[in-house]
Amino acid sequence: MAIDITQFHETFFEESFEGLDIMESGLLNLDIGAADNDTVNSIFRAAHSIKGGSATFGFTEVAEFTHGMETLLDEMRDGSRDVTQTSVDTLLQSVDCLREMLGASRDKTPIDAERAAVLKGELEAILASGTSGSEPESTQQASSEPVSEVSASHEGWMIKFTPHHDMLKTGNDPVRMFRELGELGELSVVVDISQLPILNDLDPEESYLSWELTLIANVEIEKVKEIFEWVEDECDFNISEIKGDAPEESAEENVAASAAEKKPASSAPVKPVAAKPAAGAKSTANTDSASIRVSIDKVDALINMVGELVITQSMIGQLDCDFDDFDNSRMEKLRDGLTLLERNTRELQESVMRIRMLPISFAFNRFPRMVHDLCQKLDKKIELKTTGEQTELDKTVMEKIGDPLVHLVRNSIDHGIEMPEERRAANKPETGTIELNAFHKGGNIIIEIKDDGAGFNKDRIKAKAIERELIGKDEHLSDDKIYDLIFQPGFSTAEQLSDISGRGVGMDVVKRNIRELGGSIDVTSEEGNGTTFTIRLPLTLAILDGQLVCVGDEIYITPLVSIVESLQIKKEFVNNIAGQTELYKVREDYIPIVRMHDMFGIDVERKNLEGGLLVVVEGDGKKAGLLVDELLGQQQVVIKSLETNYKRVDGVSGATILGDGTVALILDVDGLIDLSRNPPTPGNKPDNLAREVA
Amino acid sequence: MASILAVDDSASMRQMVSFALKNAGHDVVEAVDGVDGLKAAQANKVSLVITDVNMPNMDGIALIRELRNLPDYKFTPILMLTTESAPHKKQEGKDAGATGWIVKPFDPDQLLATINKVLG
Repeated sequence: MAIDITQFHETFFEESFEGLDIMESGLLNLDIGAADNDTVNSIFRAAHSIKGGSATFGFTEVAEFTHGMETLLDEMRDGSRDVTQTSVDTLLQSVDCLREMLGASRDKTPIDAERAAVLKGELEAILASGTSGSEPESTQQASSEPVSEVSASHEGWMIKFTPHHDMLKTGNDPVRMFRELGELGELSVVVDISQLPILNDLDPEESYLSWELTLIANVEIEKVKEIFEWVEDECDFNISEIKGDAPEESAEENVAASAAEKKPASSAPVKPVAAKPAAGAKSTANTDSASIRVSIDKVDALINMVGELVITQSMIGQLDCDFDDFDNSRMEKLRDGLTLLERNTRELQESVMRIRMLPISFAFNRFPRMVHDLCQKLDKKIELKTTGEQTELDKTVMEKIGDPLVHLVRNSIDHGIEMPEERRAANKPETGTIELNAFHKGGNIIIEIKDDGAGFNKDRIKAKAIERELIGKDEHLSDDKIYDLIFQPGFSTAEQLSDISGRGVGMDVVKRNIRELGGSIDVTSEEGNGTTFTIRLPLTLAILDGQLVCVGDEIYITPLVSIVESLQIKKEFVNNIAGQTELYKVREDYIPIVRMHDMFGIDVERKNLEGGLLVVVEGDGKKAGLLVDELLGQQQVVIKSLETNYKRVDGVSGATILGDGTVALILDVDGLIDLSRNPPTPGNKPDNLAREVA
Repeated sequence: MASILAVDDSASMRQMVSFALKNAGHDVVEAVDGVDGLKAAQANKVSLVITDVNMPNMDGIALIRELRNLPDYKFTPILMLTTESAPHKKQEGKDAGATGWIVKPFDPDQLLATINKVLG
């Protein structure tokens, strides 16, 4: 019953990719010339594990490739080789290559053998040069050792075996070896007890016996020696061949001596990794459905909660449901039970949610490498600081926030941080700083990308915007508005376009991607002192704390995080602009009024504003007041995608099912605010949807 | 059958070793590094220990040394998983008190053959 080892492949790939991340960040942290031993060790261990695993699971090319890295790292580890920039760079490139090789192995696509061969050559060149001068070690198995001939007159082997006193202390039992010998042929054992002391002097943990073993079998001497391989240093041991009738001394061989010969056989030239055609015509395996690693605590918390739930259920179940005789005391118990149930449900939900949460370090990990590489390319000096790596974020959000983050960090490196000489001239330290900070705030995760670079040049942004006809020539804009311009499609301020952050496409895409995640992005900047991007993300995409509002007969859900306040409209605070836009004065602010019934085409009795309810919402830095008929309760709702089940609709971010089974739409506050400023296109008008859904 | 402690920082290796052993009817206790392994060995008296050598926190060699200091593990067979490219590790392991070694890469059958020898 052979075991199918492919079942362990997924785990192997997962841990190997983790190992590569460890190697990468370790390599980036190495100080050239004065490398920290622990770091080198952890890099070595990761390479070692990948090599061991890939060899075990049959990824020979990966194993061969990793071998070179491992050897180099081993030499760095034991101090026989200095850590040089060249070797670190080569190792970093090898990490990339290895990542691709592993990815290709996982997806069953061909490996880029050429790149691997080139890097392997470079690694070997490093190994061949310099201090240690050690030969690449043999990867040959012991099977390549010379096999001694079994002579024609051979009958068997005579073995004299005297364990040293402490052999038993390594857990080696002579009986095991004898049993194994017995499997090779006919074995007779003669024990020599002459060294056995009297009982008083006997230490039961020591070995005093020796044996003469006669093995009549037609086997090679290697087979016999193999059985004693583990104890060759813990015993006196010699084998002689038995020929004809009498044992002959000529073939005697001393194991201790032969052990010395057993040094690695001269290395076979390492073959370049050959590209293997993909196994079968299978297209790239879909890794989206890949597994997620969950710490035991989280699972335990979940099991714990389920336990609580069961207890609560049995508690409610114990209430005898005879409703004719349902007195107050039972009513109270029922109410207690339901309260408990509500708490259990919420906690259970949180525990389940936590399973999907990963520390944001998953998204931050790639940046040290990126900063390192780009700095080399651009001759800039930048230090990357990260805080809050342990802040947890939903896996889906994490995957989608990666690219926008990369874009923003690249921008900071390319356009934000100045060249060292410019910085010196501006009385700043030569080394610029980019900070990545993650933290919780309210129901959101905040990610800050902060640089101490040149900051935005407002005049230049304005000039560009006028040139691109994004704003009018004489338009007066607040600072925030000016910074907002960079998120406009097709905007770029870099005078020289570079291949690092591209042609300024992107900022609008960045903003859109973040909006799609239910988040927002703000920017503040101070000329000469740097720029800060602040991304606000929801904790999870699956559940939302909502305020239920009523418009006519329809119920809508407003995300609680976006509600600033709710108030009753007083006529004197309403202003009309140009006869159509209605503004409401909230303290010092004027905010536009969004008539929900108009927006969604619902018939309502009350159409005048006086006395109506205004829910003040904020999204994307702008506020608006939603005119609704009634405020209902607050509750958590499970978000169902409208896009996958129907189609995207402006002003609506999704739908949910309420307790009574009816469908309610979840409002997209940012979208609504935009809609209130720019009238909707006919095809996508929310009221079409409201009718269809109704 | 026997109760066996498998110590390896690599999840895939641990899974494979543990799966093969369980498949052969053994009880398996898993540990992720030397420190964890030592704790597990103290909590469960096992009749065989299989340990990787290169591990964080406490490596296999140190684990073997620690185990040999425990009265319960003075004579218990301890096998280490080594690679053929690290012959000096074998020696270090032997000096620390290892019974023997299994050379990586190995397949489940080789593993079982070796442990059957030791378990008798």
